Amino acid sequence: MQNVGLVGYGSYVPKWRIKAETIAEVWGENAERIKNGLGILEKSLPAKDEDTITISVQAARNALLRAGIAGSKIGAIFVGSESHPYAVKPTAATVIDAIQAGFDTMAADTEFACKAGSAAIQMCAGLVKSEMIDYGLAIGADTSQSAPGNALEYSASAGGAAFILGREKKEIVAELERTLSFTSDTPDFWRRGLAEHPEHAGRFTGEPAYFKHILGATQMMLEQSKAKPSDFDFVVFHMPNGKFPIQAAKKLGFSMEQLKSGLVVERIGNTYSGSSLLGLSAVLDIAKAGQKILVTSYGSGAGSDSFIFNTTKRLEEVQSKAKKTEEYIARKEYVSYARYRQHMEMIM
Amino acid sequence: MFMKVGVIGTGITKFGELWDKSLRELLAEAQLKSLEEAKISPKDVEMIFTGNMCADALSGQLHIGAMASENLNLNVPSTRIEGACASGALAIRAGLQAIESGAAKIVQVNGVEKMTDVSVEQVTTALMGAGDEEVEGFAGATFPALYALMARAYMKEFGLTREELAAVPVKSHKHGSMNPIAQFQREITVDDVVNAVMVSDPLTLMDCSPITDGASSIILASESIAKKLNPEAVWIVGSSQATDTLALSARESLTEVKATRLAAEKAFKQAGITSKDVHLAEVHDCFSIAELLAIEGLGLAKKGEAGKHAAAGFHYFDSKIPINTCGGLKACGHPIGATGVKQAIEIVHQLQQMAGKRQVKKAEIGVTQNVGGTGATVVVNVFKR
Amino acid sequence: MFRSSPIIRWRKYDERYNLVGAKCEKCGKLYYPKVALCSCGSAKFAPHKFKGEGTLVSFTEVSSGPEAFAEHSPYCLGIVQLAEGPRITAQLADCKLEDLKIGMPLIASFRKFYTSGEKGSIHYGTKFVPKW
Repeated sequence: MQNVGLVGYGSYVPKWRIKAETIAEVWGENAERIKNGLGILEKSLPAKDEDTITISVQAARNALLRAGIAGSKIGAIFVGSESHPYAVKPTAATVIDAIQAGFDTMAADTEFACKAGSAAIQMCAGLVKSEMIDYGLAIGADTSQSAPGNALEYSASAGGAAFILGREKKEIVAELERTLSFTSDTPDFWRRGLAEHPEHAGRFTGEPAYFKHILGATQMMLEQSKAKPSDFDFVVFHMPNGKFPIQAAKKLGFSMEQLKSGLVVERIGNTYSGSSLLGLSAVLDIAKAGQKILVTSYGSGAGSDSFIFNTTKRLEEVQSKAKKTEEYIARKEYVSYARYRQHMEMIM
Repeated sequence: MFMKVGVIGTGITKFGELWDKSLRELLAEAQLKSLEEAKISPKDVEMIFTGNMCADALSGQLHIGAMASENLNLNVPSTRIEGACASGALAIRAGLQAIESGAAKIVQVNGVEKMTDVSVEQVTTALMGAGDEEVEGFAGATFPALYALMARAYMKEFGLTREELAAVPVKSHKHGSMNPIAQFQREITVDDVVNAVMVSDPLTLMDCSPITDGASSIILASESIAKKLNPEAVWIVGSSQATDTLALSARESLTEVKATRLAAEKAFKQAGITSKDVHLAEVHDCFSIAELLAIEGLGLAKKGEAGKHAAAGFHYFDSKIPINTCGGLKACGHPIGATGVKQAIEIVHQLQQMAGKRQVKKAEIGVTQNVGGTGATVVVNVFKR
Repeated sequence: MFRSSPIIRWRKYDERYNLVGAKCEKCGKLYYPKVALCSCGSAKFAPHKFKGEGTLVSFTEVSSGPEAFAEHSPYCLGIVQLAEGPRITAQLADCKLEDLKIGMPLIASFRKFYTSGEKGSIHYGTKFVPKW
């Protein structure tokens, strides 16, 4: 069986930002303490006319530009999100029409909190590797909500990334060496169907949830691949804030040098299903040929998907074929708290 | 050879926010008034045409043809005519064509609109039907927005200033203050226009015609009947309609309304006149910029110059080329379907020297120009004493 | 009431999502959106996908939109000349009135247009943003 890998990737982050200071002022909190504690300076929010569907389409179109293939070649589309605009009617269906994928496309939306997008990558990888399809499109995107006054207000943000999996050696920009998952029933963070905002179990979201699964998956990956942390040029972890991924890296033996290129959370917040995927796309934007990337996502509920990617020469050829993650991050305009709430009303 | 038709009677309600009156009551009021002025009985009316744009959207009432006939206790052919804001003038054309074809000798032509029963957003939404729903409606292009696009393009191309454009509604309000049935009777200044609340940049509230209730009616008669019944009858000596694309973006130009030029050319030819012969005109100033485009389309000013003329005061009733002496759509009000017929009534009164304080001294040839949408339909009628 | 119909918008998905217009098979003239009859007289067309690049011909800011767009107000609207020739009416996204200039380059952006209420469909299409 041929090896499977990424033949294209793309990202999208909305233009709008709100600073931690702006939020802190409203609730009478200490902005400096918050910024230092969370490692987040500001976060992204969608424009009034953006949602998970529009973000998914933008990222998908960028991925197609890098892959250099027509949308009609895509055989499957899976979109992972916690904020699909419809509870019933898949985001993937609109993406199909928006990239002209054609009737002959497998599709579904996925849900696994913040790892819904990385799960989609695994699904596409399986279909491509088994030769059931030639190209698969996996997207992780979110316009995450937070209740006014809740701590999540500082981090829940908007953005997404898309990845196209393929088998043709000369098309692959990053070969998928291996992927695995570490999953269990862990009630750290959830949202019931009709609830407006999610609930979480406080400090339980740390050790027994995020760290257990990130470390579990990564350690399992290192064992199975017979690799050690220093083998990697880059590592990306799910970023619920700017601190957890740094702590995870330390615990596992990775350096800040390996982590920093993917650490997008500081300037755009936690894009949930887009989080580790935007970190991966930021790394792909600057990686050279022959480099090794480890990605471990995390979704509450709970599970982690781990991936090892090995970059190829072709990666360097396609990086500039679409807007880079850093270009989206740098393109910004700040809003007031009132304006932020107005925007968030539009995707209720 | 254009067969001239006489206007032997007119009738018009007050234009404004007429809370007490329903669509039917407004229509009936105008209908009875025009019959009275023509000194004919309802039984003399052989055919009726009524212009109305949005009674379906705003009142749930279609089939206004039958309503008009019922108001007069008649069983005659009676039809509602719709061409967006040109519905009134199109109803006049339907009347003309009925007489020219010999189908009728005496025709009542009405226009009516009831707009104040619903919210401004609902009216704005209904009015968008005058454009291309799929192209403009879906994009949220309201009518003020479409005319604002034309205004900005015109200002860029010809250097029209904000103050020059403001001269148009200032003049209209001056005329309105002399018209007892006008919705707005107070005068305004250029500052009032420039500083009014923005509706769609650069057009402010004072650049836009208001939301109005009202009805208007005229009686048309064949030449022989008109001469017999009313020696003061004013004649329609030219009439033409031209159409263009629904969507503004599909037009050849944003700064010229081709349909006005085409309709005017034909109507003037029928009337045996050129634009130089026109003494006064009632044009479709749904927005201030529309008046300038109309004046240029009718050949009353060269392209790009109408604004300068407006600012120089040429368009006052006692100046070089009087425009909209009734106050225009802006000050008289714009009950959409009624406007086209009201324009005819104003010209008729002017030509009969019955326009009171706003009488134009030399008024022998008058022209009306009624527009649907942003210029997808234009009707030009020429009147002569 | 018709505005909440998803069907009316559905039949235009390809046209609106992907800027698909038409090309006259006889004379090659391009149209967006498609038309019934070419100015050359032919009624035979092939679908044509426009690139999504254009320049701003004129613009305005709608201060208070109609019902469907009330919550988006104020919003910018313009006439955009597509690179391939045809002009279209388009909402301008991610920008304020002050950012706009006649002649500025724009690129297409997939956006949400309006929602038919809490329970109704969401309608998408293409807006234009200043090129960046």
